Amino acid sequence: MSEGKSALLVMGCPEVPVQMSMVIYLTHKLKKAGWDVTVAGTNAAVKLLKVADPESYYVQKMVDLDRLIADVVEKKIDFDICFAFMHSDAGMTYGATFSAISKARLFAVVFGKNAEALGESIDYPAEKIVAVAAHNPAPLKVKIDKVAL
Amino acid sequence: MSCIEQMKYKLYLERTSFKEAREYIEKNSEEVYYVDPGYKIFKDYYIIGVPPVAMGVRGGEMLFTYVKPCHGTFVMGIDSEEEIARLRENEEKKIKKSLKGGVRDKAEAKAAPMSFSEMYRN
Repeated sequence: MSEGKSALLVMGCPEVPVQMSMVIYLTHKLKKAGWDVTVAGTNAAVKLLKVADPESYYVQKMVDLDRLIADVVEKKIDFDICFAFMHSDAGMTYGATFSAISKARLFAVVFGKNAEALGESIDYPAEKIVAVAAHNPAPLKVKIDKVAL
Repeated sequence: MSCIEQMKYKLYLERTSFKEAREYIEKNSEEVYYVDPGYKIFKDYYIIGVPPVAMGVRGGEMLFTYVKPCHGTFVMGIDSEEEIARLRENEEKKIKKSLKGGVRDKAEAKAAPMSFSEMYRN
């Protein structure tokens, strides 16, 4: 049962379109399964999400990524699971940080044109969900749907 | 935005990979220290990185990695005797902790070996 359990979705740079689509999809899916979902991102990513979901129908809890990292390090908050979205070296680095500071079961959601190479470069504890996907979310959705929680 | 961006800093590498930034710090510092991701510097910056996260000291300047999700990794340098002293102090604590662990391990190791004759004595 996932009732009362908490999930964190960490958005990377929002320049690859599939990220926003998959964040909204996964938030909806997790909420329906009883998870308490928080989405963290940069200013730009959070703004995109707020405009796409103006009445917070899909995402109720949105937080600034740097603020959240501070709170996890200071042990003010933590989560049961964490999905870190990444399509670049910087995103991969944020994933490594969550792997080190949080006790959450970590999923590295790797997408974009170089997803396979980026996925191979991840050597920290994380379950990898890798799909070469930039504009079409279907390959990533298929992989995410296979995750057993 | 972190307070770091409002401080007086120098940029030595821009928009690079974390691995290259770490190598730059290792090659261009007089002293190199390794910290965990989440190590706090200045007022409010928590280091983002793939362990081991290298931090360097060159003269009175501290070299460190600064990661921005849309722009990659930067190597920054900021003059701060206070932060350098904290880095050195942190390293000393780590050494002391590992030494204490070593002494305890040795003590346990001393107690453990036992000959067969001792085992069957009782």
